[in-house]
Amino acid sequence: MKLQTATRLGLYAVLELARDPARTLSSADLAERFGVSTHHLAKVLRTLATAGLVHAERGASGGYRFTGNRRRLTLMDVVALFEPMPGHRAKEPGEDTDIGAALQRVLAEIDEIAEATLRSVSLETMLKQPM
Amino acid sequence: MIAIRPAEPVDLTAIAALDARLTGQAKAAYWQDMLARYAGGPPERHFLVAETAKGALAGFIAGEVRAWEFGQPPAGWVFAIQVDPKLRLKGTGSALFEALAARFKAQGVTRVRTLVDRKDHLILSFFRAQGMTAGPSLQLDKAL
Repeated sequence: MKLQTATRLGLYAVLELARDPARTLSSADLAERFGVSTHHLAKVLRTLATAGLVHAERGASGGYRFTGNRRRLTLMDVVALFEPMPGHRAKEPGEDTDIGAALQRVLAEIDEIAEATLRSVSLETMLKQPM
Repeated sequence: MIAIRPAEPVDLTAIAALDARLTGQAKAAYWQDMLARYAGGPPERHFLVAETAKGALAGFIAGEVRAWEFGQPPAGWVFAIQVDPKLRLKGTGSALFEALAARFKAQGVTRVRTLVDRKDHLILSFFRAQGMTAGPSLQLDKAL
């Protein structure tokens, strides 16, 4: 399964911050940790802050702090902020043909398994035993 | 404080009542049969209950070691697990799972498996939190 860069960065940032909810990390700290651009990560962090998963602290020692619930939040909750929900994408040409419909059934099956997997893994589970 | 012990025939009423409350389906005859076959049955079968300090049923788990089904080497299978909703998030389910896994391990198997409805994210999350991941088999299904 291929995730967009923003999704991957969102997961990295949330998991790193959730590791210690009392800790504040700047976007530069996080960008350096994962070897990605600060600019790209800053945009992702804004999305996470709007969703209430992290809180932006202002000031010289400012940065981001995890404010979600590690036991309740799942990978799907983060993925859904950046990716279209599985099975909720725009219609593609050819889908109304019998071959297109048969292909859709296979793709929907894959989507359903991916969604079940992402919804079943909480941040707590990920941090307790990275798989 | 939760204590884990093997189930006994006298647990039937509480087990059937907890399951009926959680699933909305009364199936006392099924649980009577399960207890007869799993509680005090062959050593590869296990039916454990968790009870509170006051002796009330907090939850139960049932499973057995099965060999060569679908071509797979022996593994411990979890068939049923239920925890009283009032006692969830307090480690009862984990204690039941660990007690069953320890019994499987003592019998020489190195894998534990189960089958879960992929839309039941609560139970999926529970097994994930126990360290379980997707197994080697894929269940297939067809309308008849």
